[in-house]
Amino acid sequence: MAEFVRVDSSTSGHTMDKSITLPPDEIFRNLENAKRFAIDIGGSLTKLAYYSTVQHKVAKVRSFDHTTKEATGDNLYEISMQEEVTARLHFIKFENAYIETCLDFVKDHLVNTETKVIKATVDKEDEMTCLIKGCNFVLRNIPHEAFVYAKHADSEFRFQTTQPDIFPYLLVNIGSGVSIVKVESEDKFERIGGSSIGGGTFWGLGALLTKTKRFDELLQLASKGQHTSVDMLVKDIYGGSYGSLGLTGDLIASSFGKSATADKEFSKEDMAKSLLHMISNDIGQLACLYAKLHNLSRVYFGGFFIRGHPGEVQALFLRHEGYLGAIGAFLKGAEEDRSSGLMSVSPEMYPMQRARSGTFDMLEMDRLEGKLVNLPLLQDASSYIPDTVDLTEDAHAREYWLYCFEEALDGVVQRAVASQPDMPEAAERAEKFRQKYRHKLQTLRHQPLVLLFSPSAYGSLTVRSLLDTREHCLNEFNFPDPYSKIKQRENDMALKYYQKAVKCLDELSWEERQYALVRGVLAGNVFDWGAKAVSDVLESDPEFGFEQAKRQLEERPWLVDSYDQWFERLKGPPHKCAMFFVDNSGVDIILGVMPFVRELLSRGTEVVLASNSGPALNDVTNGELQILTESIAAMDPVVQAGLREDRLTLVQSGSSSPCLDLSRLDKVLAMVVRERKTDLVIIEGMGRAIHTNYYAMLSCESLKMAVIKNSWLADRLGGKLFSVVFKYEVPATSQHSAALTPS
Amino acid sequence: MDKAKSMIDKKGASGPFHVNNGQSQRGFHSNGSCCSSNTFGSSTGGSNSSTFENMHHVHRGDDAECNGSPAKRCRLRRRTESLRRSRPPFPWFGMDIGGTLVKLVYFEPVDITAEEEQEEVENLKSIRRYLTSNVAYGKTGVRDVHLELRNLTMCGRTGNLHFIRFPTQAMHHFIQMGRDKNFSSLHTTLCATGGGAYKFENDFRTMADLELLKLDELDCLIRGLLFVDRVSFNGHPEGYYFQNPSDTQSCVKKTCTLDNPFPMLLVNIGSGVSILAVYSENNYKRVTGTSLGGGTFLGLCCLLTGCETFEEALEMASKGDSTNVDKLVKDIYGGDYERFGLQGSAVASSFGHMMSKEKRDSISKEDLARATLVTITNNIGSIARMCAVNEKIERVVFVGNFLRINTVSTKLLAYAMDFWSKGQLRALFLEHEGYFGAVGALMELLKTTEDP
Repeated sequence: MAEFVRVDSSTSGHTMDKSITLPPDEIFRNLENAKRFAIDIGGSLTKLAYYSTVQHKVAKVRSFDHTTKEATGDNLYEISMQEEVTARLHFIKFENAYIETCLDFVKDHLVNTETKVIKATVDKEDEMTCLIKGCNFVLRNIPHEAFVYAKHADSEFRFQTTQPDIFPYLLVNIGSGVSIVKVESEDKFERIGGSSIGGGTFWGLGALLTKTKRFDELLQLASKGQHTSVDMLVKDIYGGSYGSLGLTGDLIASSFGKSATADKEFSKEDMAKSLLHMISNDIGQLACLYAKLHNLSRVYFGGFFIRGHPGEVQALFLRHEGYLGAIGAFLKGAEEDRSSGLMSVSPEMYPMQRARSGTFDMLEMDRLEGKLVNLPLLQDASSYIPDTVDLTEDAHAREYWLYCFEEALDGVVQRAVASQPDMPEAAERAEKFRQKYRHKLQTLRHQPLVLLFSPSAYGSLTVRSLLDTREHCLNEFNFPDPYSKIKQRENDMALKYYQKAVKCLDELSWEERQYALVRGVLAGNVFDWGAKAVSDVLESDPEFGFEQAKRQLEERPWLVDSYDQWFERLKGPPHKCAMFFVDNSGVDIILGVMPFVRELLSRGTEVVLASNSGPALNDVTNGELQILTESIAAMDPVVQAGLREDRLTLVQSGSSSPCLDLSRLDKVLAMVVRERKTDLVIIEGMGRAIHTNYYAMLSCESLKMAVIKNSWLADRLGGKLFSVVFKYEVPATSQHSAALTPS
Repeated sequence: MDKAKSMIDKKGASGPFHVNNGQSQRGFHSNGSCCSSNTFGSSTGGSNSSTFENMHHVHRGDDAECNGSPAKRCRLRRRTESLRRSRPPFPWFGMDIGGTLVKLVYFEPVDITAEEEQEEVENLKSIRRYLTSNVAYGKTGVRDVHLELRNLTMCGRTGNLHFIRFPTQAMHHFIQMGRDKNFSSLHTTLCATGGGAYKFENDFRTMADLELLKLDELDCLIRGLLFVDRVSFNGHPEGYYFQNPSDTQSCVKKTCTLDNPFPMLLVNIGSGVSILAVYSENNYKRVTGTSLGGGTFLGLCCLLTGCETFEEALEMASKGDSTNVDKLVKDIYGGDYERFGLQGSAVASSFGHMMSKEKRDSISKEDLARATLVTITNNIGSIARMCAVNEKIERVVFVGNFLRINTVSTKLLAYAMDFWSKGQLRALFLEHEGYFGAVGALMELLKTTEDP
């Protein structure tokens, strides 16, 4: 039986209302399988971490054995649902007042008597070690963990990409008080200072001033207040700015300076806001002074509520600030308890869920199968940002995409239900999915303030994050692959047409064929259930064919058109190896991409096809692509030779997203890129080449191809529906050397 | 630690601090003016050396009467005559209009000749009588009698320097009084500094037909501070510090002057706080500031306790116990947090106990006032200490009206500087706390009118 030990028993507020605003079973999930616990009881908040396993369904494809003719019907492969077990870390944070209730709940629901408390709590010697460990971990592993806050910038939050080089840095940990720690390496750190004005001051003083008991309520109050009615500003003293010192009129000269009067009432909101400003500015100032003193340029803030402070020091905020101690305690415990071998020292985890209520905050992270790494061909990995548009910055785009995703939700729900015809409760699950995803969208739509006040809960907001969140939600409700049947049908249909398509291409002259191949890839890309405009057409007109798609395509010159340069390049020597990030299944991969690949192989270029590890929309997965490629090889000697001679290789991208983050790829893929001396990267489709990577700079030649299947986006880019983006880029250095060759 | 300490110890050992009592410089610069450019024909250049010389041009009034050869006395008289012609007309005021308080210094001449007495216009006389015969003005104006500098010589005249303060909220009453007393007919220049000099400039003009000479507050602060320190506090040193600040038993107040005052870190605690690194009278920079200052203390105290004045707030604070309100290291760790050298008695979270309703219900207003005072003071101490280390300055001088009648804060600052710097830093305080800006403004009046 699990045993819980507490070091800090200062469970303040026994008299506080103990009702739990979220049902505990939605907070403490997967307790039945919980294996390890870590608990960190701080001055005001308790953080609980546990390791558990979750069972969820995954869609698998398996090729029929055609020799025994067991296959009935025309299907090339069968789809099955299997149970898979994933390791998941759960982190929960709640006010100390709920400790008893929560621990009772946990004890009652622990089924597994083998459960060990690996880190009953953080003893005082360990506290800082845990904190630093947790901080190093999130900085290394969680994308967009850190963000920069700039008060007067267009976008107040700017997220940082994960970087391997994180030291040295200053960690400002805001608990009840503030600790300032200089971290020089994984194990070397020093507390160089602190302040007693911290989260406890905000809460304590806030409770006195506003008679509001809860921390989150205080933050809510602050979000609605006007600090200028309580604070004395420079302009209140000067009538304007203090020019000679460069102090602007809006600067706070004296916090609460206006409240020194008996004959005026101040609103709770205004006082809470003023208090928030006072404390966060003070912490920011101290952090800057310490950073300057110790000559550190990177300062990470972990804590409840933090704002930037002007200065030459870059202030970085952590999204999972409150969990650093618990994550670190967990990792430390896992290290000391290697017997089980369950956890590596630095497990690769992927954050899955983040939920908040007035009382609880939870975070869940799933263990990843493999390590994710940068594409070695990125020109500057440290400055690479996958997303083309940051929706936190762009209100118009945000509004459109949130609307777009909400509009498309009914279709997604229908398709999810249709994908599991044998399961009667599918409709119910689909409905839950709808509610959850819609709630997320509406929160983002109707409360843009949420983005301002708790960016931590959401990370960056991009088309990619909206797409990925949808996939996560579908998975959560056991819809691992709603498009499996559609993909299957389309693949079967397209395969029948493959030989004819190849024959037509072979009859063309070399010059004509190059253009036809590109048009083929583009026309194939029109077939996409992920894009609303297309799925409407596909659903209403099943006869919509490949030839029709070609006719639908924009005539040259395209919206972005570097075909001439590409064509000139093709006249030159063949590429050594091309890495092709593919998009949809069906017509796209079989009739568009494969003939193109075939031509590359014929030229003597090796080809690596990178497809998704797991399902996302109707994108072809690595599992499906293997079956399809074998089936094509059976019809096509060029592809067959390619496979046999290992000149055509299939790898998984490591992702299950309709978009592509070139900084988080499967490490086998990265290895293949290096080994094969890849000199051409081809990225296909809106999700991978427009929403993401449109501006990605590679150190080799690249080709980005997509058809704009969304009229709003087309309009924004200055084109129309079905406009074509064909972007062939050569990095500056090789262009230079090419220019030198003629002489 | 040793360095700072030895500096003062050495002085202590060598006898009295540098007290400018006049005797030692008799006949040297007697009857000088605060600004000597015209009189002595030297340039008005602001170089360090000449500035330093100027320091000695002002002396207590009895200097003028001290002995000297007849020839010398004759020469001096001539100088005084020439000075008189370039002297600004009375009354002499310097004003510093801050966010909360207006500080006013008034020079009351005591060497008025019978001839002068006759010439003196009636309303000038009435201003002088009103200011010098009262210690309170209206409901809120106060003269700090204990700070009065007596028999001071400024610009060749001997008199008393009076220190008066009133809330900035009463500024319009003051301007109205200026109009009622027909102040503008005196053709005096009203030198004003502080933010209010800008904010109220137009009101002075339209309501009382008075033109303000607006001066930078930090310039005035430094000039005034150095002046008061030089002339000393009626024969006693202006400055003081605490010996053994870390030990409540043996902690004693000791006086001192700012001999060789540079460099110093000057921490001015008014409504807000400004921190300056001062390298000479004219060479300084504002290092930083914080909005958590005297205004924050009073503002929060008013909200938390319902008090109305600074005096009330301090009175409550003196009786309270902040450890009922603040969470200490030992409240969290049971004792010291040894690994990081944190004592159990150190405050871990200001107002941290107030997260609990039980504790909120059990504390007194006095405790809250004390906690507010301690929180604000410690924070200022902490920032000042960081700045001192960053700027490599060992002497930290705290001024501003927040420190008025506030021994809790002065002792706490002295303790914080000493403890956290392991004795490296020394906190110094000055008796005229918040009035230096106003003195600096007055000095500007005496300087400007001499410029041709």
